[in-house]
Amino acid sequence: MKILVAVKRVIDYNVQIRVKEDGSGVVTDNVKMSTNPPDDNAIEEAVKIKESGKATEIVAITVGEDKAQETVRKALAVGADKGIHVKTEGVLEPLAVSKIIQKIVEKEKPDLVFMGKQAIDDDCNQTGQMLSALLNWPQATFASNIEVKDNSLEVTREIDEGLETVEINIPAIVTCDLRLNEPRYASLPNIMKAKKKPIDEINVSDLGVDITPRVQQLKVEEPPKRKAGIKVANVAELVQKLKNEAKVI
Amino acid sequence: MAVLLIAEHNNKELRPFTLNAATAASQIDAEVHAVIIGQNNENAAKKLSELPVVKKVISIEAPHYENFTAENFAPAIVKLAENYSHIICSANTFGKNLMPRIAAHLDTSQVSDIIKVISPDTFLRPIYAGNAFATVKTNDTKKCVTIRPTSFEPCESSGGTATIEKGEASVEFSNTKFIKREEIKSDRPELGTARIVVSGGRGMQSGDNFKLITEVADKLGAAIGASRAAVDAGYISNDHQVGQTGKVVVPDLYIAIGISGAIQHLAGMKESKVIVAINKDGEAPIFSVADYGLEADLFEALPQFMEELNKLNTIQK
Repeated sequence: MKILVAVKRVIDYNVQIRVKEDGSGVVTDNVKMSTNPPDDNAIEEAVKIKESGKATEIVAITVGEDKAQETVRKALAVGADKGIHVKTEGVLEPLAVSKIIQKIVEKEKPDLVFMGKQAIDDDCNQTGQMLSALLNWPQATFASNIEVKDNSLEVTREIDEGLETVEINIPAIVTCDLRLNEPRYASLPNIMKAKKKPIDEINVSDLGVDITPRVQQLKVEEPPKRKAGIKVANVAELVQKLKNEAKVI
Repeated sequence: MAVLLIAEHNNKELRPFTLNAATAASQIDAEVHAVIIGQNNENAAKKLSELPVVKKVISIEAPHYENFTAENFAPAIVKLAENYSHIICSANTFGKNLMPRIAAHLDTSQVSDIIKVISPDTFLRPIYAGNAFATVKTNDTKKCVTIRPTSFEPCESSGGTATIEKGEASVEFSNTKFIKREEIKSDRPELGTARIVVSGGRGMQSGDNFKLITEVADKLGAAIGASRAAVDAGYISNDHQVGQTGKVVVPDLYIAIGISGAIQHLAGMKESKVIVAINKDGEAPIFSVADYGLEADLFEALPQFMEELNKLNTIQK
């Protein structure tokens, strides 16, 4: 079984986001970048499945500018066998990314495609579902547990009401929740080995996909700031304020 | 052209966020039609027809719709789409799972999780976990939009008399099989919709100590939340998690106890109307968003808080 895992390079989740003064976006220059956190869970799960003997090959793919390749290199260090970097510049919408990955799926013919449930930059939560629609494959989104069966997966999904379990036939798409597993760190020897693993570079123009953005970002601004609050001296004052000033209890 | 609202329900009742999504839909266009897809969902369809903002209900029933799988729902909605300018749904796990599947079939670039309708093609949406707001304009002819339910008031739920039409079912998608759903049963209000939320963080030090939070929550009729740190430490199950990767809550009152206020946590609660923070570290970032901060040891403050609440003659529920 072959697993394709999609990873995205985003601003590290511990970085305090700053909005550019001209309203054109957020500051990315000299800001620490990392793999989108739930994409790390997707890679980890694929590696675990391979270690259990149920998968034979893991291919990591990213779509983006030159530096995006770092995320593929990291996936190779954690256990992916081969990388693919589809080179693009400028704004990419989830619809465009899913069309690009669709082309790669047609070429690579994986049995499963894993990715994070959502990227923490645009917070769209769309690519996995769109890809499964384009391929007409089953989708298991927000996965917190995956059991590999003969020709299917049994996946537990995190939903608002609790947990849902679905069985999806292979080939299928899974989008991963942070609760799926604990991503490992790459060891130094594995980081060194990863440098020798192959990464296919593909220019997006060679794929024949229309990636023109459909949604214009007119303005990016800081969210309204909360008015500064007060510190209360003790619990009695707190309860009195909540009762008589805020009138919420 | 009219807008199409996708109702969320459990075959008997509408789920509450359908009312918030209906409000958003009515801000885009006054002609709101609502589609309800399920099995034996007559009662929920009737409830939907009673929302005054809904002008027409399309009810589609088939056995394979009983468990709301996106693979079955999407083709049924795509079939209806030609008559509508917009397709609208809540950005909760139901809508997040479903809408992109519809959008891809329609070759539309979806606009996710909007918090404001600026015009029928322009919307405000949070990015970077709410650390920035983007104003976006979609140039697609068919617009697929999910709305953040807590940013829109629920619409009136009675007085409407929309007609209910039967819609055509699509064929079953056989490669996905529903196995089971385990709903978290609780007498407490649901975290996502509660008027008051009391949350604990790593400062609680153990799962046992969460009983201090439970007592306060019981007294106030509140839902119980937690920070990711408390969930990761195993103090409480992850369905209580508030934050970027958990639930986004907007209660009237949010009480953060022993929570330092990591960026991810703030993203999930900073739109709450009134925020209280109790923490012994006076420098904790949570105080920067708190309306009322109390710098104190929570193990002393919480019993006192109960005592003070007990002294009150009445408590709003």
